Amino acid sequence: MCLSIPSEILEIDEFNNALVQTLGVKRKVNLDLIDEPLTKGDYVLIHVGVAMEKIDKEAALESIKTYQEIVEKMNSGEIKENEGDLGLNEFHR
Amino acid sequence: MNFIDEFRDKESILALKKLIKKEVKSPINIMEICGGHTHSIMKYALPSILPKEINFIHGPGCPVCVMPRERIDTAIKLASMSNSIFCTLGDLLRVPGSENSLLDLRAKGADVRALYTPLEVLEIAKQNPSKNIIFFAIGFETTTPMSALLLEKVIEQNLKNAFFHINHISVPEPIEAIMSDENVKINAFLGPSHVSVITGCGIYVPLAAKFKTPIAVSGFEPVDILESVLNIVRQINENKSQVFNQYKRAVSEKGNVKAQNLVKKYFEKCDFEFRGLGLIKNGGLRLKDEFSAFDASKKFDCAVQSKNESKACICGQILRGLAKPYDCKVFGKACTPKSPIGSCMVSGEGACAAYYKYSKVNA
Repeated sequence: MCLSIPSEILEIDEFNNALVQTLGVKRKVNLDLIDEPLTKGDYVLIHVGVAMEKIDKEAALESIKTYQEIVEKMNSGEIKENEGDLGLNEFHR
Repeated sequence: MNFIDEFRDKESILALKKLIKKEVKSPINIMEICGGHTHSIMKYALPSILPKEINFIHGPGCPVCVMPRERIDTAIKLASMSNSIFCTLGDLLRVPGSENSLLDLRAKGADVRALYTPLEVLEIAKQNPSKNIIFFAIGFETTTPMSALLLEKVIEQNLKNAFFHINHISVPEPIEAIMSDENVKINAFLGPSHVSVITGCGIYVPLAAKFKTPIAVSGFEPVDILESVLNIVRQINENKSQVFNQYKRAVSEKGNVKAQNLVKKYFEKCDFEFRGLGLIKNGGLRLKDEFSAFDASKKFDCAVQSKNESKACICGQILRGLAKPYDCKVFGKACTPKSPIGSCMVSGEGACAAYYKYSKVNA
């Protein structure tokens, strides 16, 4: 019910409904819960046929940049695994 | 960039995994509140790639799983009424009530419809003016605004034959109840993704402070979850208990205020009996009195006699994080997705369904 994947807006009609594309699948969604202006090419999160929020591209890029930096550190040998774990994985009742 | 592949990137997963392994110093029990997270954790086999110190405990964040049988029985009673069209979201069709399910009822000829969106109710109500259209509204904060939006449109369009069986619930109250149980040993939380899109990540600040647990509001993808786990590890190492918003691309501090205002307009808090957790004060929502004309529980006779849950099923303990699905004697044997005994197996978001689908138990 809750797993929604970012969907790209392809077109918006006069009733505030959008045709979106999610991993190649096209469907119609309602945009009434979004306060900010939306246009073709924006990404939204959909839940039960209604858009919940616009995806913030800047924030996404910032996250991706963080991961790239970590990957670079790993590739340069800066991050090494500490092999000794404590071997404790029991749930403490 | 499609906002999916970047967050499933193998190199990023590997790098984050190494960092977690390098930095973790003590065993950490992390409860993921949301059923969507449970599925991602199992789908990407995160427990097997993470160090043994990281133990995921599955929380009560599947709305179908925490629905008490009595409310399912009420739904079945409403759907049984002649002259009604009963509308629900797909997962609920197969949930067993005391005697049968909505799917059984449909097989016997009742008009029970699975919707793609609650807004379909509008068209169904217009096309069937002589019928009572009843919408089975369930879900956490993610889904409540959609029910509120439907009611707004029902009122705008002056439809007199659309009614709501309201079962909306809230995340913070059951989490507070779980943390107040001394048997539960939870060190940190993965905050739900889409609940937080609506509510904002600010709602977890009092919980993090009260129980001294870090809460990382996390996206659903594996890189999201690993980044959140890394943050939890670092917070625990530094003895911090803050709310970390990992999912900034969709979650803000305040959330979707328009959606929140719509919910406030039509709903008020009420106590709610959670399956496995008991009665939780202010854990649910009901329609305000001024909208009781649309409330199925006021309009129709909803009295039911429900049977107790199966003694063999330990969904209640699983929902409180006191057991894992494979601790249950009937898991994968008498209880499978095709013939579920408990709601954690019925719902696509349930912990048992996730374990059954992604672990080797059924191989």
